[in-house]
Amino acid sequence: MSRLTEDNVRVAHEIISRYPRPRSATIPLLHLAQQQDGYVTNDAIRHIGELVGATSAEVLGTATFYEMFKFEPVGKYLVNICRTMSCALMGGEELMHHAEHRLGIKAGSTTPDGMFTLEHAECQAACTEAPTLQVNYRYRFRVTPETFDALIDDLAAGRLDSEIPAHGTVARIRQHIPAERGVGAVPPEDATNAPSWMTVAEAPK
Amino acid sequence: MTGTTYSHAPGFVAGDRPQIVTARFEYEDSYTLERAIATDGYAGLRAALSRSATEVHDEVKAATVLGRGGAGFPAGTKWGLTPAGVWPRYLVVNGDESEPGTYKDRLLMERDPHQLIEGCLIACYAAGLSQCFLYIRGEMALAQERVAAALNEAYAAGYVGRNILGSDFSLDIVLHWGAGAYVVGEETALIESLEGNRGMPRLKPPFFPAAIGLYGKPTIVNNVETMANLPWLMRNGSAAYTAIGSATSPGTRMVAVSGHVKRPGVYEIINGTTTFRDLLYGEEFCGGIRDNNELKAFVPGGGSAPWFLPDQLDLPFEGRLIGAAGSMAGSGAVMVMDDTTDIPNAALTLTRFYAHESCGKCTPCREGGTWLMRILDRVVAGQGTQRDLDQLLEVGGTICPGDFPHASSERLGLAAVPFPYKMTTICFVGPSAYTPVHSALTLFRDEFEAKLVKRTFIPVTAVSVSETEAAL
Ligand SMILES: Cc1cc2nc3c(=O)[nH]c(=O)nc-3n(C[C@H](O)[C@H](O)[C@H](O)COP(=O)(O)O)c2cc1C
Ligand code: SF4
Repeated sequence: MSRLTEDNVRVAHEIISRYPRPRSATIPLLHLAQQQDGYVTNDAIRHIGELVGATSAEVLGTATFYEMFKFEPVGKYLVNICRTMSCALMGGEELMHHAEHRLGIKAGSTTPDGMFTLEHAECQAACTEAPTLQVNYRYRFRVTPETFDALIDDLAAGRLDSEIPAHGTVARIRQHIPAERGVGAVPPEDATNAPSWMTVAEAPK
Repeated sequence: MTGTTYSHAPGFVAGDRPQIVTARFEYEDSYTLERAIATDGYAGLRAALSRSATEVHDEVKAATVLGRGGAGFPAGTKWGLTPAGVWPRYLVVNGDESEPGTYKDRLLMERDPHQLIEGCLIACYAAGLSQCFLYIRGEMALAQERVAAALNEAYAAGYVGRNILGSDFSLDIVLHWGAGAYVVGEETALIESLEGNRGMPRLKPPFFPAAIGLYGKPTIVNNVETMANLPWLMRNGSAAYTAIGSATSPGTRMVAVSGHVKRPGVYEIINGTTTFRDLLYGEEFCGGIRDNNELKAFVPGGGSAPWFLPDQLDLPFEGRLIGAAGSMAGSGAVMVMDDTTDIPNAALTLTRFYAHESCGKCTPCREGGTWLMRILDRVVAGQGTQRDLDQLLEVGGTICPGDFPHASSERLGLAAVPFPYKMTTICFVGPSAYTPVHSALTLFRDEFEAKLVKRTFIPVTAVSVSETEAAL
C-alpha cells in the first residue's frame, strides 16, 4: 500500500527539520503514516526510511517495539480497556468481560464489520477514575456496563465523530514553529560553543 | 474550599493548602495563554531572565527541588553534573507517565501547558541547555493537543524561540510523542526512543545522561511535575519554597490515590509532612475506605513500590522515611486495597504489567518476569502448589539477589527491610515484576496457601515419590 502523500511529505519534512538528527523523527513519522492509512504499511516504512536516512529494517525494528503501531488494519475504533491494578481493583476485568459479550469478540480481535477492535491496555494514567478505557486514545472514566453500551451505540451511530477521529489520528493539533521565530535545530557537532546567554565561562575539567 | 472538585479537571481535588503547581486548575480555560498571562504566567520566566543563569541555577539548588519522576534526585544538583565545557546540552522532559497508579503529569500537561513550558524555559536558561524536547506519552491525545496549541501560542507571543522577550536567550521547545511502551519512561530508554530507536535502556553507570545522553551529548532528563515547580519558585524564591514541606522534602507534591477509598483523587499535598493516614482518611483527602471497610494494604509510591500495611499509616509522605520503612515514594501514586481484596490476584495485575512491559534486554527480567507472571497466574487460578510459591521467591532471587525490602508488620512479627535492593538487571522493570510478588507473599502468605491445590492424585511426572510428597 501507500507511501506518504505529497501533503504528508511536507508535514514530514517540517517534523524532521525540528531535530538535530533526522532519525529522531522516526516515531512521529510512523504516527503520520498510521494517520494516513489507519495502520503502518510496508511502503510507508520504506518511505520513512528514505526520509530519515535509515533502512526499512531499522524503521521496522523501531516500529515493532511500540504498542500503538499496527501492521494490519484494525477497527475504526480501537477500544482499550485498562487492566492494571487500580482499574482491576475497581472492576476492570468485569468491564472487559462485559465488553467482550457486547461486541461479540475476544480481546485482541476486531468485529466483522471492521468497526471495533478490542484490546487490553496497561495503566492509562487515570487511576483515580477507574475503571477507565480509551477509544482511539480518548478517555472514558468510571465506566459501567451501561455507559459502555451507550458509548458503543454512540460510536456506531456516528454521534461522536466530532470528538473521536478514526483510528490513526492521535492529536489533531500539530506544533508549528514559524520560520521567523524558530531557532532551528543544529547537528550536535556544529553546536560546540556555550549558548550565548551563558556569560560565565566554565573552566574545562 | 475543602475537597473541591472541578468537572474540567477529572480526578483533581483542591483543598485548603498551598498550591504551587495546580493553582490555575480552578479555571476552565487554564490551558490558554490568555488565562496564563492573567494569572502570573511567564512572570517566573521574566524573573529568571532578569538574573544571570548561574544565579537562577543557585536559586533552584537552594530550593532543593526533588525530582518528581521517581528517583527524587534534586534537580539543581542534577543540572550541575554536566561535564564542564562540553556543548551542546539538551533538556528532555519526561511526560511518559505510565507507572501503575500514577496520574499527575497528564493533568499538568492538559490543564496547564504554559506552566510546563515556562518551567522548561527556566531550566534551559539556568543550565545552558540549547534545545528542549518535551516527550509526551503516545496515548495521551489531549495532552499532546494542549501542549501543541500552547507551544504555538507561546512561539507567536515571543515566549519561546529566538530572543525570548527581547533577551539573548533563544530556545526551541520541540513537542515529541511516543507510541506506547512503559519502559521508555526510564531516562536512557527515553533518549534511545528520541533518537528513533527501540526504547531499550542503556547500561548505567558508568555514563549517566547528564554526561552522555541524547546524541552522545550531556542531557538533563526531568519529569513534567519537576519542571512545573520552577515558575512558582522563580516568582516566590527558594525561601518561600522551602518554607513549605519538610527540610528534606520541601514544597508540595502531587499524589494520586486510587483504589478502594471513598474519594479517589489527585491531591497537591504538602511534601514530607502529610501522612498516609491523612491522605487515606482525612476529610479533605480521601475520606476513608469505601463502604467503611478495613484497610488491608496499600502501595505507597507507584506499582514498583513494595507494599505497606496499616502499620505504616502514620508515616509522612517523605522519601527517606518511606525508604527506611521498606518502600519508596516513587511517583506519588498510592493504590489502596480494602479487606475484600484478593491479594494474589492484585499482585498479578502488577506483575503482569511489568512482565508485559519488559524490553527484553536482560535475561532475568525478560524470562524471570514472564515466569513470575505464569506461576502467579497458575496460583491465582487455583492450580498452584507449595513448590510454586517457593519457585516465585527463587525466580525473584535471580532478579534481586539478597534481602528484598519490605514493610514491618506487628501481626507477623516482622521488622522492616529498608530500600533499596540489589539487582541483576539494567533497569527497574525486572525488580518491579518481583516487588508485588514479594510483598504479597511476605505479608499475606496465607492467602496464597489457601489457593493451592490439594492434590489427591499422583501427578504424571518424572519426579521421585519423596519429591512428590514434599510438594503435597
Ligand atoms: C522503568 C522506569 C520507568 C520510568 N517512567 C517514568 C515516567 O513515566 N515519567 C518520569 O518522569 N520518570 C520515569 N522514570 C524515572 C526516570 O528514569 C527519571 O529518573 C526521571 O524522569 C527524572 O526526572 P526527575 O529527576 O525530574 O524526577 C522511570 C524510571 C524507570 C526505571
Ligand atoms: S530490566 Fe527489563 S525492561 Fe529494564 S532493560 Fe532489562 S529487560 Fe529491559
